[in-house]
Amino acid sequence: MYVAVKGGEAAIANAHRLLADRRRGYRSVPALRLDQIVEQLALGVDRVMSEGSLYDRELAALAVVQARGDMIEAIFLVRAYRTTLPRFGYTNPVDTGAMQVERRISATYKDLPGGQVLGPTFDYTHRLLDPELAAGAEVERPAQRPAEPEAMPRVSAILAHEGLIEADGEMPLDHVPGDITREPLQFPMARDIRLQALSRGDEGFLLALGYSTQRGYARNHPFVGEIRIGEVELELDVPELPFAVPLGSIRVTECQMVNQFKGSAKAPPQFTRGYGLVFGQSERKAMAMALCDRALRATELGEDVVAAAQDQEFVISHSDNVQATGFVEHLKLPHYVDFQAELGLVRRMRAEYEARENEDKAEEKREAAE
Amino acid sequence: MRGQEAREQAGRKAVMATLAHAAADEIARLWNEAGLPSEAELLRGPETGLVTVRGRIGGGGAPFNVGEATVTRATVRLPSGQVGHSYALGRDKAKARLAAIADALWQDPAHRETVEAKLVAPLRAALDAARETRRVETAATKVDFFTMVRGED
Repeated sequence: MYVAVKGGEAAIANAHRLLADRRRGYRSVPALRLDQIVEQLALGVDRVMSEGSLYDRELAALAVVQARGDMIEAIFLVRAYRTTLPRFGYTNPVDTGAMQVERRISATYKDLPGGQVLGPTFDYTHRLLDPELAAGAEVERPAQRPAEPEAMPRVSAILAHEGLIEADGEMPLDHVPGDITREPLQFPMARDIRLQALSRGDEGFLLALGYSTQRGYARNHPFVGEIRIGEVELELDVPELPFAVPLGSIRVTECQMVNQFKGSAKAPPQFTRGYGLVFGQSERKAMAMALCDRALRATELGEDVVAAAQDQEFVISHSDNVQATGFVEHLKLPHYVDFQAELGLVRRMRAEYEARENEDKAEEKREAAE
Repeated sequence: MRGQEAREQAGRKAVMATLAHAAADEIARLWNEAGLPSEAELLRGPETGLVTVRGRIGGGGAPFNVGEATVTRATVRLPSGQVGHSYALGRDKAKARLAAIADALWQDPAHRETVEAKLVAPLRAALDAARETRRVETAATKVDFFTMVRGED
């Protein structure tokens, strides 16, 4: 017999009402506007766009405030919203070489065309909390340096001349890029699909895995060939127009990791590469992605798969924080019946165990008496 | 003839690019100032959907899917018969409608010059100025390396 139990409707409604109140906080404090979040918590918004896999600043800002600043909850909200919209198509691949660069650095070449451009970076700050910021002090306008526009070719293009570095990753000509939002995950997984999963993967998870490769679990001697941040143009082929229609631009972060490689049965000694490309300004994420991309190419390059970061199924299946939080957090939901069944089972096992114990003790006593 | 057609398409695409980048309230403000007509029949939308953004492995290799972006589009027909389209990132339906009308008006010889001069030119100038400001602000953070002479010799 199955008996359904219902209840908690009023409790749930009141809990959500309480949540709305606590989210708003003391009414004497002004409510946040979305444009304040977009402008002043921009990197948090970028993270939600990147891992929510949806480029829309305002929606990401709404998600951040609705989630009370809980980033994974915000990412969850954005992912859920995505499923409500129709799809217009796939854009033409972005050209990061033509990016309007806001930051571009290389750790492998000091003097490269376009130079080292720091942009708005936390690097070289002293990481001291700023009381003036707390007091709401005005900030000065940025410095300007009139300069002729200069081309900034990707560092990989410069290195390619000597033939000591692999080319950009190619796939067979008839290969159609896979799409994890349309097809279930399957292993082994092609590199293009892995990159899609990594690009929306959890920053903390990928960071930890990238770090593990540096500490010796699948060591691959990385250098930052280049990091660039800036806006790239998007274009979409549509049937109603004879040209690719321009959609505007989005900000992305690209990381070209260059890895020393002593060669294997499959490939000669050369520099190999890992690639990272993420929405918004997030070089930590792009770097972690590039480290993981390189580690996951172990089989392709004839390396032994010995560490977690090289294991496709381990990395890709656990990189999605919406899936991860769903499965971990579902443990909160009522498991009353499951638990009752388990409780019955454990009681029975315990009774049997105790019966055996008592028998053994009785046996010992008899033997001692004899 | 082919050259002229290509120029025509390039001009139309450039207008669409400017409108896609521009802010909705700026378009509306210039529209009113220019006194452009805004009657049009909506054939499609305005509707919001997703595009999947593609990148290339290593920057220049095989394409892969990075993630999605919101896009809003509209298609309109003017009383004079021209059909205009618009596509732009974001979810602004009023902007999508105006941009589609602008595309249609641009195809009408009676309106092209007004659209170019009164709407697109000021928008483009503002976008170029904003880009230039960003560029020179970024340029100020470029590292100038210098060598320090150390030791006796």
